[in-house]
Amino acid sequence: MSVGFWTRMALRAWTALILLFLFIPILLIFFYAFNTSNIESWPIPGLTTKWFGSTWNDPDVRAALLLSVQVGLAATALALLLGSCAAFAIHRASFFGRDAVSLLFVLPLALPGIITGIALNAFFSFGGINLSIWTIIVGHATFCMVVVYNNVLARLRRTQGSLIEAAMDLGANGFQLFRDVTLPLISTAVVAGAMLAFALSFDEVIVTTFTAGAQKTLPIWIFGQIRHGILLPEVNVVVSFVILVTIIPVVIAARLTGGGGTARVPAAR
Amino acid sequence: MSSEVVRRPRPKGAGAAPFRSLMWRFPWLRPLLLLAPPMAWFVFVYLASLVLLLISAFWSIDPFTTQVVQVWNTNNFQTILSDPTYRTIIGRTAGLAGLVTITDVVLAFPLAFFMAKVASRRVQSLLFAAVLLPLWASYLARVYAWILILNHSGVLNWSLQSIGLPSANIGYTNTAMWLVFSYIWLPFMIIPTYAALERVPDSLLEAAADLGARRWRSTLDVLLPLALPGVVAGSIFTFSLTLGDYITPILVGGAGSQFIGNVVYNNVGIANNIPFAAALATVPVVIMAVYLLVAQRLGAFEAL
Repeated sequence: MSVGFWTRMALRAWTALILLFLFIPILLIFFYAFNTSNIESWPIPGLTTKWFGSTWNDPDVRAALLLSVQVGLAATALALLLGSCAAFAIHRASFFGRDAVSLLFVLPLALPGIITGIALNAFFSFGGINLSIWTIIVGHATFCMVVVYNNVLARLRRTQGSLIEAAMDLGANGFQLFRDVTLPLISTAVVAGAMLAFALSFDEVIVTTFTAGAQKTLPIWIFGQIRHGILLPEVNVVVSFVILVTIIPVVIAARLTGGGGTARVPAAR
Repeated sequence: MSSEVVRRPRPKGAGAAPFRSLMWRFPWLRPLLLLAPPMAWFVFVYLASLVLLLISAFWSIDPFTTQVVQVWNTNNFQTILSDPTYRTIIGRTAGLAGLVTITDVVLAFPLAFFMAKVASRRVQSLLFAAVLLPLWASYLARVYAWILILNHSGVLNWSLQSIGLPSANIGYTNTAMWLVFSYIWLPFMIIPTYAALERVPDSLLEAAADLGARRWRSTLDVLLPLALPGVVAGSIFTFSLTLGDYITPILVGGAGSQFIGNVVYNNVGIANNIPFAAALATVPVVIMAVYLLVAQRLGAFEAL
């Protein structure tokens, strides 16, 4: 579309300003991670890497990191299994109530996280189930599944059925068909879904507060520290680390799917 | 599905695999087996939880023992409707969610327009990635960044002082919440708006120009109505995410900035009054249901 010179300039300037607005706060945290002072004021007096060591040696941070990784891996594994099954079923079949079922599968991302969180909390509490690492995993798997489901389903819809029919005509059995045709076609979508699911789980705080009880995942640890304003130099380091851990899988996922999957998934909150 | 329609030849040697011949005889068996595990998970964990939440909203707790009394009553809803404190909190939550949505529309539209209609292909995909990255960067990290910025001796006051302006103390206020929410959800507005604008064919705008419409006229009469579903789709995210949040109010809000989510959170964590929390949690769901109905009328679902 043709726009006038000044309109074009104004739009460019606006775009530049918004990008600065989006990125300055994130970059700022990385600077603060190297702050020599333990007082968070700007400009920082000097640069040091001492907080990285003290953070790594903090047993609380280590325990929280371990819990987050365990939860992330377990939730991602469950989500992969359940999400792929759901995507295959919805893609293959046409049955009564299919639209309702597909709506049900995206509900955990569509409803505010607090609803999912308090619903699961009520479920565990009235069901007499003590909050443990398993309750966190159940909560995370419920919304991580949606990401895998969305990614795999989108890929299946773009896959040509003729390839599968050709393989069947050539006498492939069910297992061969899956291993040699279907799996290579959908593998990048599955990996992308898994990456996004892990990133989502690793950063989740709302559903986790309702399903974790006294346990601390990394985001819960960060939340507590920020809230009470303690050990902020370590928070800077941990937060920088979490940004990297959540962004890197997403960049990889975007490469694998051509960006489509990452844009469609709103963070589950 | 074509694979269902095509009559498959009976595979040779199928007799050795009774499972496969079963599959062949009942083609609906495979999807059923695939659907069973995720469906079981959703029905027995997720839906069961949601239903239990709804039911427990009509229970109450014994004020002395704080045990849940499973007797059907509407006391929780009566308290929410009659107590002015809750009306204020609901009003504040919905009001700020609306304000954040409007702010994000204003911030996002020119950028989305530039991305979709002015920028070259290369710049377009670079900008798309640049908008996506902050969306995925940790939520807590982005809230925390603003605590550092708005802090008394933070970047904001440093910048204000360096250009000779008096310092501003907006940390821990509703203004801070408005700013932080607008920041955090902005990418959710940019992406659907961009997607909707990109789908408007240039030929329509050229036709408008050929018919004598000035640039502003064609923008107002052609581009805006066609972009509206995208904007409304974005507003579903910004509105709903703000409505259900309670982390940002705790971290950057001050006294008197409680959200619906905070009261829910306190009733689960501190007061241990799940029935009341459940009843209050239905409020954002009802608000969102109304919002979605209006959005559907405006055609936002096709733009999601």
